[in-house]
Amino acid sequence: MARTLLFNLIQVAVVLLFSPLAAGVLAKLKERVQSKRGPSIFQPYRDLWKLFHKDEIVSEDSSWIFRFTPYIVFVVPVFVAMLIPVLTDYPLFFAFMGDMLGAGFVLSLGGFFATLAAVDTANPYGPIGASRTRMVGFLAEPVFMIVFFTVSFVAGSTIPYIVQQQWVTPLTNFFEPSHILLLLAFLMLILAEGGRIPVDNPTGHFELAMIDESKSLEYSGRGMALMKWGGYMKFFVLMCVFLNVLLAPWGLASQQTLGAVLLAIPQILFKIFCFLLVFVLIESSLAKLRLFRIAEFLGAAFITAVAAMIMQVF
Amino acid sequence: MNDAVNQLYTNLNALAAGLFLLTAFGIVATRQARGCLNLFIVQSLLLAASALLLGLRYNVPHLYGVALVNLISKPIIVPWLLRRTSPAEIYTRREIDQALNIPTALLIALALAILAYFLSVPVSSAVSADFRGPNIPIGIAGLLLGAFTLTVRREAVPLLIGLLQMENGAFFTGISISRNLPLIIELAVATDGLIIVFIIGVLTRAVHKHVGTTAVGELASLKETSAPALKEAGK
Repeated sequence: MARTLLFNLIQVAVVLLFSPLAAGVLAKLKERVQSKRGPSIFQPYRDLWKLFHKDEIVSEDSSWIFRFTPYIVFVVPVFVAMLIPVLTDYPLFFAFMGDMLGAGFVLSLGGFFATLAAVDTANPYGPIGASRTRMVGFLAEPVFMIVFFTVSFVAGSTIPYIVQQQWVTPLTNFFEPSHILLLLAFLMLILAEGGRIPVDNPTGHFELAMIDESKSLEYSGRGMALMKWGGYMKFFVLMCVFLNVLLAPWGLASQQTLGAVLLAIPQILFKIFCFLLVFVLIESSLAKLRLFRIAEFLGAAFITAVAAMIMQVF
Repeated sequence: MNDAVNQLYTNLNALAAGLFLLTAFGIVATRQARGCLNLFIVQSLLLAASALLLGLRYNVPHLYGVALVNLISKPIIVPWLLRRTSPAEIYTRREIDQALNIPTALLIALALAILAYFLSVPVSSAVSADFRGPNIPIGIAGLLLGAFTLTVRREAVPLLIGLLQMENGAFFTGISISRNLPLIIELAVATDGLIIVFIIGVLTRAVHKHVGTTAVGELASLKETSAPALKEAGK
């Protein structure tokens, strides 16, 4: 009991500590692919450190929402990290507190507050980005729902710890069409929700073209640091769901010992590194879509998810 | 052991079927003729893979022949023929005008795929368990989506690909319900398909030469005028 609670906290700590590293590695890899040197992989930590030591400026006209949002955006992925398998393949202390749908709702709460805060400041670019994020969000949500419903249909549960064993026991289940199609759909969702290249350019500095970034334009200092860190963690959590629940539930600790759990940390980091390699290839070989083509991109994800569902149900 | 291998073949065949369905959706929605053609090549490869896997699963060497015929005729000869006959300009154009916008077309295509599942129920329940599987509904879905492509696309090459996709869909169902069809029939069908491609390719070239475009949507009326006049009327 106390032990699983401890493991659960270790899991949260892993997400907290290593999510900036994943972002740094991704940035570095991307620059290397484009024959540039790129910043150090520890740059996100330095950015966070710098931002935490800077003054925060808050607009006089903004309300409490603007001030609270960074904390919500920061805390939400931490909550989700308690629910999903990051290091172990057996349920931990909080595992039954919420299922994948619950985790999805909790994550979208962060997005909701970030949107409100963007509108709150009366900065003209904030609401543009906020409404675009909502557009991407409401197109992505049905896909999320169908992915989760198909998963629950297969596994008889939406608790991620139960789902993760389903596709690999026996191993031939891995090649079931619904599994592969779900993986494709979920990969497209990660690209859309993470604000990555075919949908949004995370490194762009042109305000009119921003989707995700413009929501945090008004933040500075500590608020900015929390928003950034929250964003890194959200991406890390989505990757963990993709890798540990849907794609490759290997390399997770199966024994209830501290050593096994600690040993799982480098393994999951290695898996994430491999995933990032593929991710960089996707991002570097595609161009950003025009805004109204995003509906087609997510339409493709929707079709893929529904194809997975009908192949599973019929 | 044998059971596990058979299960693997069944799953891989189902996976090929799932990807076949995806390529069928892709052919409805892709904007470029080149992308359409590439998706068609992938689809034909999946068809060949499915024939091979079904052959391995049920130990029917005859299906290897089907796979081979498909592997040679569709992914290799059809693109080559199309490249040789139809004008190159079609492949360089970026966007093709469609009768419906893409999300709407995709949603209708989805409804058609689900309809295919309902249509396949009587067929599936009429045959023994060995012959059931994803091939029947997805082949029918390929057929329906090919017909749908014919109605929404307004460009010669994607229309031809829609036609070929209908044939692919029929084959996809065929390989799972009739395992000992004489190979000569399949050879005949494959040759037939190639001749269709050849004729339509040449026709497209002729139309392109006379009218200056192959966008079918703009060719709404037939006029007994000389080619330059028609060209001006079209613009």
